[in-house]
Amino acid sequence: MAALSRETIANGVLALLLLVVPLLAAASGETFYITLATRIVILALAALGLNIALGLGGLVSFGHAAFFGLGGYVAGILATHAFNGEALLFGLPATTSMPVIWLVAVLLCGLVALPIGAISLRTSGVYFIMITLAFAQMIYYFAVSWPDYGGEDGLSLYVRNTFPGVNTAQPLPYFLICLAVLAAAACLFWLLRGSRFGAALEAARQNTTRLSAVGIAPFRIKLVAFVISAMVTGLAGALFADLNRFVSPSMLSWQMSGELIVLIILGGKGRLFGPIAGAMVYVLFEYALGGITERWQFFLGLVLLGVVLFARGGLLGLVAGRARHG
Amino acid sequence: MTAALIIEQLLNGLQLGVMLFLIAAGLTLIFGVMGFINLAHGSLYMIGAFACAAIAAATGSFWIGLAASLVAAAAAGALMEVAIVRRLYERDHLDQVLATFALILILSEGTRWLFGSFPLYLDIPPLLQGAVPLPGGGQYQLYRLAIIGVGILVAIGLYLLISRTRLGMRIRAGETDREMIAALGVDIRTLYTVVFALGAALAGLAGAMVGALQSVQVGMGEPALILAFVVIVIGGIGSIKGALVGAILVGVVDTMGRFLLPKLVALALPASQATMVGAALASMLIYVVMALILAFRPRGLFAGQG
Amino acid sequence: MRGILAASLLGLSLTVSGLAQAEPVKIGVITTLSGGGAGLGVDMRDAFTLAMKQSGNKDVELVVEDDAQKPELAVQIAEKMIQSDKVDLMTGIIWSNLAMAVVPNTVAQDVIYLSPNAGPSALAGANCNKNYFNVAYQNDNFHEAMGQYANKDYKKTFILAPNYPAGKDSLTGFKRYYKGELAGELYTQVGQTDYAAEIAQIRASGADSVFFFLPGGMGIAFMKQYAQSGVGIPVLGPSFSFSQDVLPAIGDAALGVKNSASWSKDLDNEANKAFVEAFQKEYNRLPSIYAAQSWDTANLILSALSKASVKDKDAFRAALKAADFKSVRGEFSFNTNNHPIQNIYVREVMKEGDVLTNKIIATAFEKHGDAYAEQCKM
Repeated sequence: MAALSRETIANGVLALLLLVVPLLAAASGETFYITLATRIVILALAALGLNIALGLGGLVSFGHAAFFGLGGYVAGILATHAFNGEALLFGLPATTSMPVIWLVAVLLCGLVALPIGAISLRTSGVYFIMITLAFAQMIYYFAVSWPDYGGEDGLSLYVRNTFPGVNTAQPLPYFLICLAVLAAAACLFWLLRGSRFGAALEAARQNTTRLSAVGIAPFRIKLVAFVISAMVTGLAGALFADLNRFVSPSMLSWQMSGELIVLIILGGKGRLFGPIAGAMVYVLFEYALGGITERWQFFLGLVLLGVVLFARGGLLGLVAGRARHG
Repeated sequence: MTAALIIEQLLNGLQLGVMLFLIAAGLTLIFGVMGFINLAHGSLYMIGAFACAAIAAATGSFWIGLAASLVAAAAAGALMEVAIVRRLYERDHLDQVLATFALILILSEGTRWLFGSFPLYLDIPPLLQGAVPLPGGGQYQLYRLAIIGVGILVAIGLYLLISRTRLGMRIRAGETDREMIAALGVDIRTLYTVVFALGAALAGLAGAMVGALQSVQVGMGEPALILAFVVIVIGGIGSIKGALVGAILVGVVDTMGRFLLPKLVALALPASQATMVGAALASMLIYVVMALILAFRPRGLFAGQG
Repeated sequence: MRGILAASLLGLSLTVSGLAQAEPVKIGVITTLSGGGAGLGVDMRDAFTLAMKQSGNKDVELVVEDDAQKPELAVQIAEKMIQSDKVDLMTGIIWSNLAMAVVPNTVAQDVIYLSPNAGPSALAGANCNKNYFNVAYQNDNFHEAMGQYANKDYKKTFILAPNYPAGKDSLTGFKRYYKGELAGELYTQVGQTDYAAEIAQIRASGADSVFFFLPGGMGIAFMKQYAQSGVGIPVLGPSFSFSQDVLPAIGDAALGVKNSASWSKDLDNEANKAFVEAFQKEYNRLPSIYAAQSWDTANLILSALSKASVKDKDAFRAALKAADFKSVRGEFSFNTNNHPIQNIYVREVMKEGDVLTNKIIATAFEKHGDAYAEQCKM
């Protein structure tokens, strides 16, 4: 590739903004903007996870909040047990170490996503959308009515979990951790898309029969994509719990699943930086409109509607023109 | 547990099912004919309830309010179709999802703008107040019986409309082959607007009828929307018959689950825990049923009809 | 209506002030101003701003924001208020689950939070905090009062609440004081709108009364359906389902229902008369209990501001704890865990002309604290 495509330039600008603005905010003492940027980064990560299933695999999961919330609860439950000095199930020790929490969150989400994906992938189209919603709703209602970890009231983490060598209680170091995770996930997404697996997934999305004819089982490819996607979203959930120092069933709600889908479509489906652009615009509009009027949801609706009607392929699609992934 | 109580609970389940059918019928119709996912269907339901409450309060008559709810929802639906939805038929389902999600935000806040933040009052008309005796000593609320009646009428009406009328013929043709029907000289744009308005009117009717039993407030549409989606997916998308069967199944399963599960759990657990665990299981039950049905019949109970 | 609302701009400040300008005090108000639960937040906000305006205190700035009843959004706003607006005090949250999301982290950063509604048990006992003042009630209180009151007339009560922590607090509170037999105990689904199955069980249970806690739209739906069901036994409940914000939506179905509250429009004291009149004059509607609690919160803050600087945290906390203000609830003081000690009344829904409202018919508890104060080591 000789000349940089417009999308690549846009991606570069986004990446630069994400890094520079919080640093400037830190320099000027406006720590809240770092928190806001951290929120953008984590929501982008969650949506990026979903984008693996939705953008690459064409699997519109309306239940990814289940994994987002599960990841959050892993962070919340492990930290609470560690805080109270209680052991977990089977006498396993609890922990406040982020890397361990992330690992547990990712593995648990993978384990849960496996049967959910295996059953859900029997269906397709709108049925797939709704069966994933059904599973998420089961977990949601379970969390609301399970008293041990706060039920509907949720669970507070009294201090943010720890990361070796970093003071996570400070906004900027925590932001940088999240940004690094997002960058790693973006690399994963990029590698996946370019790999043979990605090509097979793309083929599975477009034409299942042809893929079967060449001896590749589309079911297994889609299932793997779904599980990886759930793992990334679960990791974002663990980070989100630490950002808010709080986790509650609202992270598991269908509204959250819907918001993740909205972030992707807003930014541009299947595009590497789509979720990032989407999260940035959504969070900033939510924040800025909330500052102007109590009716901010009305105007947020108008903005989203404008994007659908006039920016096909999302915001990045608008910038990049109609190239690449549709 | 007496036989009368079980009969009453089955009737409650049937009635909840019929109520869900009223909400789901329009949704499945719109999806079946235009292939359009309308998340804002719940907002049309809310518009029906608010129109009925406002007009009933102004005129003192529930019946005028009911008529107003049909008109308001149909008008809102037609307007939505002409201004926005029409541009999205050829688009990806995901674009439709985002657009109608935006419409939810706009319509919810818009309604609050117009009507204020407090729930509105809407009562059952005097004609349908009170309860009637059931065989076996129970009593049953008259209005709920009326809802069952309206639901059956709507089901029959839709069946006749689709199978016996010219409009129905075009709808069926439109479901099977869109280009063909346009080639035959049918004005497909008008047809779609009419179908969308019809679906919206059904949602508005449901909102008005249900509004008299519940709380007329902003945000009432979204839980109803989710349940309506559960219903049409269980039934098979696009199938009116499927929506009816799915709705009654969901209504009965949900009602009987709330009634029986705490009692079942009490056989295994101490009473204080059993009520909580039973209630938790009951709230998950319809989703379990839905997942089971889709796992074995991936296109719903009445697949292939839409 | 976020932005900064200087109370001084609203007040009539024509008198020339010769006093030295004190340092302005910033109060962050996070409440629910959009979505289905907005009515409660609007009442909260309106009463709070009105109290500030009436006080004529020109040194108070309010930062009001909408949490849309979402815990995550409430957390984000709280962070912004603390980090960016640098507020001195925070208040406003209506819902228990949002309070649980915001309060622990707010008070841990040494910002004082005053709750104008919601008092989850988790914050009243072992996890109490010197920076957390609850000006409303502990969640169990109203339910305890109804349990106490039910002993008078009833022997076999059927009780139900939603299946979440506040619902469990409710039934626990009721049972703590109720001595009769339970005809049945049910947990319903959060956000449930159809109660036919529950009403059928109430009918079949042979109960002589029903106690329910179903806030917001759930309570409106239950009462409308119950009234039509032909089950005639009396209904009892906490005031949330019979407050001024929801009574018009329930209509005559609510007439005669006994409900418990720490406040009522007809409470006979000077502060209350002035409050009800001022609120009605300003907003042309009757105040709800949320408005009353919020009005008290504002006046509590004002009373403390007149005694101590908000920058001197220890002195300011002591000034708050003294509760030296004229409460619209009559006698009001703080318990060891910074939760109220107050009377809890039983009210009955009645009609004043065409308007549904409540009148006090009994006092369930005098100077009532809560069951968790002993566990609080402060």
